[in-house]
Amino acid sequence: MIGVALKGLLGRKLRATLTGFAIVLGVAMISGAFVLTDTLGKSFDGIFNESYKATDAVISSKAVVGSDTGSEAPAFGDDVLSQVQALPGVRVAQGSIEDKTRLVDSDGDAIGNAGEGIAFGIPPSADQSLNPLKLVTGQWPQGDGQIAVDKSTADKEHFRVGQTVGAFGEGPIRDYRISGIVRFGSVGSIGKTTITVFDLATAQTLFDKVGKLDTIRVGANPGVSDAELVKQITPLLSQTTQVKSATAQAAADSSETQDGLNIIKYALLGFAGIALFVGSFVIANTLAITVAQRMRELATLRTLGATRRQILGSVILESVVVGLLGSVIGLFLGVGIAAGLTALLKATGVDLPDHSLVLSMRTIVVSLGVGTLIALLASLRPAVRATRVEPIAAVREGAVMPASRFARYAVPTSAVVGTASIALFSYGVFASDVDIKTRMVTLVAGVLLMFVGVAMIATRIVRPLAFVLGAPGARFGGSAGKLARENAVRNPSRTASTAAAVMIGLALITFVAVIGQGLKSSFSDAVNTLFVADYSVSAGANGDPLTSKAADAVATAPGVSAVSQMRSGEAKVGGKTIFVTGVDASLTKVVDVEWKSGSNAVPAQLGTTGAFVVERYADDNSLKVGSPLAIETPTGQVIRVHVTGIVDPPKGGSPFGEVSISNAAFDASFANHDNEFTFVNVDGGPSEANTAVLEKSLAGFPAAVVETRDEFRTSRTSDITQTLQILYALLGLSVIVSLFGVINTLVLSVFERTRELGMLRAIGMTRRQVRRMIRHESIVTALIGAALGIGVGMFLAVLTTTALSQYGVVFSVPYGTLVVFVGIAILAGMLAAILPARRASRLNVLEALQYE
Amino acid sequence: MKSRVIQEESDPTTSAPADAEPSIVEAPRSANGGPATVVAAQDITRQYGAGETAVHALRGVSVDVAVGGLTAVMGPSGSGKSTLMHILAGLDRPTAGDVRIADIQIGTLGDTQLTKLRREHIGFIFQFFNLLPMLTARENIVLPLSIAGQKPDTAWVEELTTAVGLGDRLSHRPSQLSGGQQQRVAIARALVSKPTVMFADEPTGNLDSKTSGEILTLLRDSVSGYGQTTVMVTHDAHAAAIADRVLFLADGLIVKDIGHSTAREILDALEEVTAA
Repeated sequence: MIGVALKGLLGRKLRATLTGFAIVLGVAMISGAFVLTDTLGKSFDGIFNESYKATDAVISSKAVVGSDTGSEAPAFGDDVLSQVQALPGVRVAQGSIEDKTRLVDSDGDAIGNAGEGIAFGIPPSADQSLNPLKLVTGQWPQGDGQIAVDKSTADKEHFRVGQTVGAFGEGPIRDYRISGIVRFGSVGSIGKTTITVFDLATAQTLFDKVGKLDTIRVGANPGVSDAELVKQITPLLSQTTQVKSATAQAAADSSETQDGLNIIKYALLGFAGIALFVGSFVIANTLAITVAQRMRELATLRTLGATRRQILGSVILESVVVGLLGSVIGLFLGVGIAAGLTALLKATGVDLPDHSLVLSMRTIVVSLGVGTLIALLASLRPAVRATRVEPIAAVREGAVMPASRFARYAVPTSAVVGTASIALFSYGVFASDVDIKTRMVTLVAGVLLMFVGVAMIATRIVRPLAFVLGAPGARFGGSAGKLARENAVRNPSRTASTAAAVMIGLALITFVAVIGQGLKSSFSDAVNTLFVADYSVSAGANGDPLTSKAADAVATAPGVSAVSQMRSGEAKVGGKTIFVTGVDASLTKVVDVEWKSGSNAVPAQLGTTGAFVVERYADDNSLKVGSPLAIETPTGQVIRVHVTGIVDPPKGGSPFGEVSISNAAFDASFANHDNEFTFVNVDGGPSEANTAVLEKSLAGFPAAVVETRDEFRTSRTSDITQTLQILYALLGLSVIVSLFGVINTLVLSVFERTRELGMLRAIGMTRRQVRRMIRHESIVTALIGAALGIGVGMFLAVLTTTALSQYGVVFSVPYGTLVVFVGIAILAGMLAAILPARRASRLNVLEALQYE
Repeated sequence: MKSRVIQEESDPTTSAPADAEPSIVEAPRSANGGPATVVAAQDITRQYGAGETAVHALRGVSVDVAVGGLTAVMGPSGSGKSTLMHILAGLDRPTAGDVRIADIQIGTLGDTQLTKLRREHIGFIFQFFNLLPMLTARENIVLPLSIAGQKPDTAWVEELTTAVGLGDRLSHRPSQLSGGQQQRVAIARALVSKPTVMFADEPTGNLDSKTSGEILTLLRDSVSGYGQTTVMVTHDAHAAAIADRVLFLADGLIVKDIGHSTAREILDALEEVTAA
């Protein structure tokens, strides 16, 4: 009996292949995500471990509050170094500065992106055995006119020892002579970063860290364990300084990278899940059709003594085998994709230690397991239906599939499923005080259930939908177009489940498009309301900080009437982490602040004890003008201020954190003195001439970008646009999977209608008309999927935007984009029809007529 | 076509010849060793639908099929002959009345027990052959055994395939075989499990007259050679002429029950029952 099932599969290779693809793509994404992130993770682990190869313990700064990424830790006094060197267990200790610096290429442009340039300050004469950087050629930099650069950047930019290049960190750009080329452990650089090495004293001056250090690497005397070393060092350290064994430090360093990789991994796995969910629809539908077509065969097996259980098993087995084969192909395809992406990363200049691809047991087990399980689950319903075929169908002419026992409950069941899904989804978006995990689970469950519910009810609405959506084809496609529309509704449940698979991808794409549009328009509204400055000066769209020295430089430009600097940092108030903004007196000239309490005079009068808060925060914490606030900053200091004003910023976004204090108070208690925003007013307002004047004043700051309000708005929404495009691409995969479903259904329908097609050809239908008929049917199916998908997607978006309205997200329909989606659905339908249409048009008329 | 079976002619009305292969399940015999009843139907009716549109396919039919013989069921279209066969074979259930196959009352059997009964006691031959397209001729023949999880007896399969004249076509798929060859495969498949009773539903209905003749000879030979109890539904008098007994149905009732007859006699009888 197993043999029968497997032989049956071999006899239907095309169908099995098309069905298999429904699994292949999803599984490839799973294995690709695992292999890529595992490989990159291993590579980065290698880099970090290597960086502490000779080191036993590391002393570094520690931010008292906030996340590692959100707050900058203050440097510590260099007296620690001599104390550490004096410890009995210490053989050698090297202090260094670690900060940010970017190099400038021969055209005067900054190399790489903001945040991708790191700086080391290293004492040139010291014992370099602990230094993660190794000198390739030349000397360690000495004095304030020299730097060393990493080998990767040197190779890329053709820098040589002795050459003069520009570099800038906090201050304006300066020229340095390259004294040497270094590498990081065994690699030229870390990923895409550029490394600039200064003499320690130079770095301390340059980064405002005179008499301070960021890191001390410690090597132990022989026989002293890491734990013992850490124990000896700990008593010497302050609240904002910490010591870790080298192993622990390497793990901590890599954890940030691993967190980033994990986000990528889970995102990709999520999209793989969607693709597989769509795949399960495709498999279930294909099996349902074949079970119906093989009814006589199944009945014959029953007359020959096959039990229901054997029939059930044979259908499930067939699906499981397809699933397993698809998973195996998908697994290797994923490995191939990961290999390709790794190579692509290297080709685009990301420096990674050569590491072979990591194909872990977990990747294999999960990929094969999930793919096979999906196939198994998808086969259950068709398999159960197959057991309902009575043996007498073997001898009865024109026997039809017995109606599913549940068919008559379809409407109430889908109503229940639909209600449950809306309830779950609404709970997910509207409920307050639920943790993120519960929220995600209810949201995902709600959405999946909604798809199932709509798929169930779709059978009933296929007919009217096909009538409307098939109208243009029926009107202009001649008899072929009319027949196509009729064919599409001949078996409504078949068309419905085929379209349902298309629906899922399109619903999610529509959902992101509508939400994205909502975010964009609410952000644009906020900018339009708030931004009354002539210009913004920033480090670009990513919100990277720009040194306040750039703002100082702009202030000296002719015609500049106001410059307002805004800084931002994480801090803790009442145990909760919030954002604190630093502002200055010019704020109200560049930002239109709506005061609930206080007036435009407030920012100028903040001093070191005043603060204004946003209304939502004031309401949540019952703050009034005069309320005291104790703000604990990352440097460990506590600022005591009282509320002098309450503002009501637009919901779509504002430059204000929960609490705003003066820049003077900010600088005294935060390590970060860079600006998040710098706004400028110029006599005569925005003009090409004024832009040129500002840009000229910023010549020493290659990272600075001068933008007018419109440019600011466009560049800040560009990352939403970019994110949307990535999401479209990832969700597009599930649409592709659903296309295999359309192809499959059409191929099977053509097969089923062989005799009819022969008859149509015999009475004069041309091959071209046959192809058109199949193509129109395909387009109608795809359009039904698109109509359902856009409907469901909009519905979900309405619920979500309603829930997010307190954050200013509005429901805004991107009509143009939706029209494009419909166009893509039509195109997809045409593509899916190519193979089945060709098969149909090539049928031999005589053979087709005799076919039974 | 000269098959080994032909040389082993024996009286089909007596019990199975001594040299015939023993059945998996011995056909029941009466106490005195005479012919026993393998299929018995008592007063069966079959009604489709209800009320004014109800169709009475069978209106009270009683029939016993004795072991070892070939019984033909004849009748005009709509006489209920197919319904009778479906009910005797356990494919359909009577609206009222009892059916026993191999002394097992099938009215109360559940699906699994009925399936088991089919495995052990029933073989089928269909008008449209009903071979599985993806299996070779040989695989189709041994299919009932593999479904039952039994290992085919190679010698027996060999003997069967020679007997039905398929020796060199065994590795072909149904699509590569002629209609006659396909029906030979189907006959071998029905015989392979040595069923208590074999049902043939218009076995020549889809074949030309020459091939029909060959298939009928083969059927007759298997009844005679292996003592295979067979019930055949047909509307072809030539087919019925190979039977040991011919039942005539009209309007859901058995109206005539005659022994072995010639095609001419059968046609006359059919004429008679149709006219009545």
